[in-house]
Amino acid sequence: MPTGAEWAIIALSLKVAAAAILLTLPLAFALAWLLARKRFAGRMLLDTVVHLPLVLPPVVTGWLLLLFFGQSGAGGRALQALFGTTLMFRWTGAALAAGIMALPLMVRAIRLSLEAIDRRLESAARTLGATAWRAFATITLPLALPGIGAAMVLGFARSLGEFGATITFVSNVPGETRTLPLAIYTALQVPGAEDSVTRLAIASVVLSLAALLVSEWLVRKGGRHVL
Amino acid sequence: MSFDLAIEVPRGDRTVSVTIAPASGITALFGPSGVGKTTVLDVVAGLVRPSSGHVRVAGETLFDAAAGIALPPERRGCGYVFQDGRLFPHMSVQGNLTYGWKLAPPAQRFMTLAEAADFLGITALLDRTPRTLSGGEAQRVAIGRALLSGPRALLMDEPLSSLDENRRDGILQVIERIRDDLALPILYVSHDRAEVDRLAAQVVELA
Repeated sequence: MPTGAEWAIIALSLKVAAAAILLTLPLAFALAWLLARKRFAGRMLLDTVVHLPLVLPPVVTGWLLLLFFGQSGAGGRALQALFGTTLMFRWTGAALAAGIMALPLMVRAIRLSLEAIDRRLESAARTLGATAWRAFATITLPLALPGIGAAMVLGFARSLGEFGATITFVSNVPGETRTLPLAIYTALQVPGAEDSVTRLAIASVVLSLAALLVSEWLVRKGGRHVL
Repeated sequence: MSFDLAIEVPRGDRTVSVTIAPASGITALFGPSGVGKTTVLDVVAGLVRPSSGHVRVAGETLFDAAAGIALPPERRGCGYVFQDGRLFPHMSVQGNLTYGWKLAPPAQRFMTLAEAADFLGITALLDRTPRTLSGGEAQRVAIGRALLSGPRALLMDEPLSSLDENRRDGILQVIERIRDDLALPILYVSHDRAEVDRLAAQVVELA
């Protein structure tokens, strides 16, 4: 079984991943909706930018975050001036990095589910007396729920595994930014810590498999009435 | 008084232009497929916007290009029975039937759920989900859903097209009872001459 310190690492990882997807979900939904439903100038560009974290080396994403949210970056200075806080070397920074890396996966999952919904169902709801907003809330949103759930699980799993952007952006601070992958990497540098590596690796595998099972279950459940 | 409209709708590279004079009972839009019959229903329902003209239903102006009036679909009170049903897949039959009923102002409702289910012979289906229904059953539920929203008129888009011969007569009888017992104006789209002759008081041919 994991030691107390290892449980703390697992708890920190779960906290970072949970914060990451909660932070990213509203943005991912808004982007997925725009890309699935609207035709506008710059749509291709937006689509490309959203997918960047998927194709860039994570270290580069981390470095870009560092440029923007670092002491002298525009975002970093704004946070310092407005809230007297910083993301540097904090778990909040790790959550941001994980959230950015999870964003493209979450947008894709939600977008697919939105595109699978027959838009004419919303028209039907409108003729029955529903405003555009009510039609969205009672028809589109419930039909997209399995996709939203799948996006959350995928994003959660991606966040749990996040390494490159995190270590580049907020370093490897015990108790703050040392999540499971960073802890495994650190333990590998220490002679005689093989048992710890094994336990942390098993914890990672168990959490990822659990997330994958939940996502499969959601997709199946959703497929029943969406498709 | 029922449908009074004169509209022009751009549709691809041509313009659908239709005039319907007010008449009681059922007004049928008749013509081969592809001439824009469904487009006319979409215009009356407020789902497609014409480039010019007016749409009045039961004395109420729903659209008037000259006066700048264009009510959104939810304020038109046009119960629309779509050709493909369009039942909400995530709701039970009962959820589908009461969707519009719950949104309608009480004074506008003219049927309860029990009355509509009885009228259409779908009382036994209330707990089912739409995907378990046969074509005829789904069409009855779609008609019930439109009636329960308390509409001032019904728009029906080839409601018999997906049904086999012996189910057609059942739905035709339902439509005749809506016309006679509920005295609801109906704009009815079809490409079948016999169907149109049996039902309609006024036939508008589109070509």
